[in-house]
Amino acid sequence: MITAILAVGLLAGLFGLLLGYSAIRFHVESDPVVDQIDAILPQTQCGQCGFAGCRPYAEAIASGAAEINQCPPGGEAGIRALADLLGRDFIPLNEEEHGEHKGKVVAIIDEQVCIGCTLCIQACPVDAILGAAKHMHTVIEEECTGCELCVEPCPVDCIDMVPVKTDIEEWKWPSPDERLSINNQQASA
Amino acid sequence: MRSFNHLYKFHGGLHLPDNKAQSTQRPLSAAPIPPRLVLPLQQHIGEAAEPVVAVGDKVLKGQMIAAPQGYISVPVHASTSGTVVDIGQHPVPHPSGLKAPCIVIEADGEDRWIELNPIGDRYRELDLNELRMAIRDAGIVGLGGAGFPSFIKMNPGPRRHVDLLVINGAECEPYISCDDLLMRTHADDMLQGVAILMHALQVKQCVIGIEDNKPEAIEAVRAAVQAHGNSNIEVVVIPSLYPSGGERQLIKILTGQEVPSQGLPADIGVVCHNPGTAVAIQAAIYRGEPLISRIVTLTGQGIAEPQNLLVRIGTPMHFLVEQSGGYTEKVDRLLMGGPMMGFALQTDELPLIKTTNCLLATSRSESPAPPAPLPCIRCGQCADACPADLLPQQLFWYARARDFDKAQDYNLFDCIECGCCAYVCPSHIPLVQYYRFAKTEVWAQERERDKADVARQRHEFRLERLEREQQERAAKLRKKKEAIQGDKKDSADDKKKAAIQAALDRAKAKKAANGVAPKNTENLTSAQQEQIKAADARRTAAKQPKDNN
Repeated sequence: MITAILAVGLLAGLFGLLLGYSAIRFHVESDPVVDQIDAILPQTQCGQCGFAGCRPYAEAIASGAAEINQCPPGGEAGIRALADLLGRDFIPLNEEEHGEHKGKVVAIIDEQVCIGCTLCIQACPVDAILGAAKHMHTVIEEECTGCELCVEPCPVDCIDMVPVKTDIEEWKWPSPDERLSINNQQASA
Repeated sequence: MRSFNHLYKFHGGLHLPDNKAQSTQRPLSAAPIPPRLVLPLQQHIGEAAEPVVAVGDKVLKGQMIAAPQGYISVPVHASTSGTVVDIGQHPVPHPSGLKAPCIVIEADGEDRWIELNPIGDRYRELDLNELRMAIRDAGIVGLGGAGFPSFIKMNPGPRRHVDLLVINGAECEPYISCDDLLMRTHADDMLQGVAILMHALQVKQCVIGIEDNKPEAIEAVRAAVQAHGNSNIEVVVIPSLYPSGGERQLIKILTGQEVPSQGLPADIGVVCHNPGTAVAIQAAIYRGEPLISRIVTLTGQGIAEPQNLLVRIGTPMHFLVEQSGGYTEKVDRLLMGGPMMGFALQTDELPLIKTTNCLLATSRSESPAPPAPLPCIRCGQCADACPADLLPQQLFWYARARDFDKAQDYNLFDCIECGCCAYVCPSHIPLVQYYRFAKTEVWAQERERDKADVARQRHEFRLERLEREQQERAAKLRKKKEAIQGDKKDSADDKKKAAIQAALDRAKAKKAANGVAPKNTENLTSAQQEQIKAADARRTAAKQPKDNN
């Protein structure tokens, strides 16, 4: 009887130690849900969701303070990915409060009109505008996320958002569904 | 040494009417020089080349007009002598119909070569890297269709051991016959090219796989192999079955081995090249000529005189159609490539590029408009036909639902877009279109993710920078404040002390200067002291009542 209790107790102790040791030794830093949400968000930092950037919005989603349908740049695909990640149901984009999903745009400064006030530089969330006080500014197109935050502060209205042109490298085959639905419409018309 | 007595079979595949006889009736002829040539800067997989000529420059045939950028890139050469008249955006043969940067040359008709420096048999003495660079400088890309720079395939890397070179003369796609004609007419050149490739790869064995529907080509290549006298080069005739000309499928037929998913043939010790590439390599080494022309098949019921032409790269397609008797009345669509893997062109005002193996002008009866697709009935015929052993209906399902992760789990990127599944589909679903759509979407998502990562980094850096600036400003302010406050306290005390000190000093100085002191305070008589005491007493007495009041 005593032997059995001792043996089982000893084994339990050993395994407990082993488990405790492996929990420390093989500790895996789990990806916190905020990071996973942030990875899905498009990082335009536009603030259309009502938060001061993508990360704060991700934190708000994680804490339940915000819905998953407040990101217009992410569009339907973004909402689907978020719904997938969080195990929630898909809900359509809240266009009324947060705006529509638009195509990709990039800011262009009309350099003839720019007075060099630096207001847009201060507004740009990704430091994609180059310039200095009383000197012409220009947008680094590669880095522009198309957030439109620079448009509002410009006192001379010299910033335009222009659609990004697709070149051959970035061209995508259209979904046959789209083409077929067009054909059907033509046939029925 | 591998033996090829026994051939293997890949999964699926289709027996298609080959329709090659139309274009093989006429002998191979060279197309004349067109008045204008349009040379796209990107005719290969990888980075586009960068122009090294300016508008107005005179160029000679074979002169490099655009230099490679980065490692996976090759140069572009002028395919005839003339003047550069434009460097800009022009339509190129691409399914999108978009424009791309091109160099336009107006031919002077002289067709004068630049000075050529052939290496010849000395290539055996060259360092292998130098040999590869010579192939690169000649602008050679895989002429089978994908256009991957050939010099990279000649360098399997230190970790892979390659022991077999495969020359892919299968040419399995219907209508196309350019490799057939090439092997018939340039078999000797091809074998010289094969010898160079074998040397570059340091392999001892080469197998040339040709489908059995090309008896003339088989005979010509066999004769050339015998004349060449290398017993390690073998011609293997394979049964006609589409798509046996797919790299992976041909390797499976010949060796029984499968190229791993997402891997390269070099992973199993095989490198595969097209016969046209071998001939281009021969021309580069033995004649010093860069890749400025190729053989192209013009065929289909829409072309009056179907044939194969040796064409300068950059020749407009409509010029070639005119050379082949023009269009017939039946013409309906113009395709680049074959009926299975080619894509429709919106116009014939496009240049022929290094990867154009066929121009197919089909009639309505040859390629009827596909009937409206019906729902998938899960018959599984597509899976039976798939030469990559995939599950096409699952891929279709997930591509359609835009569940691209799942599509990738089902090995979307192992699809070679051969079109077998769509061909056999009883519901006429354009399956390959769905896979192409899914693939480009996945690539676009990857690009977007990369861009988002950069934006996230930049935004985080900006936040950090703002934080840092604020702290710096606060620190500065604090310092300033402290400095001011400290100054105030110190100076107040100092001033007082200094004033007192100054007064004392002045008094001392005065004392010293005058040398006199009041004389009524010393050496007093007792009477005088009595008087002082009395006066003091009076003073205190006088003071007291006042205080009491």
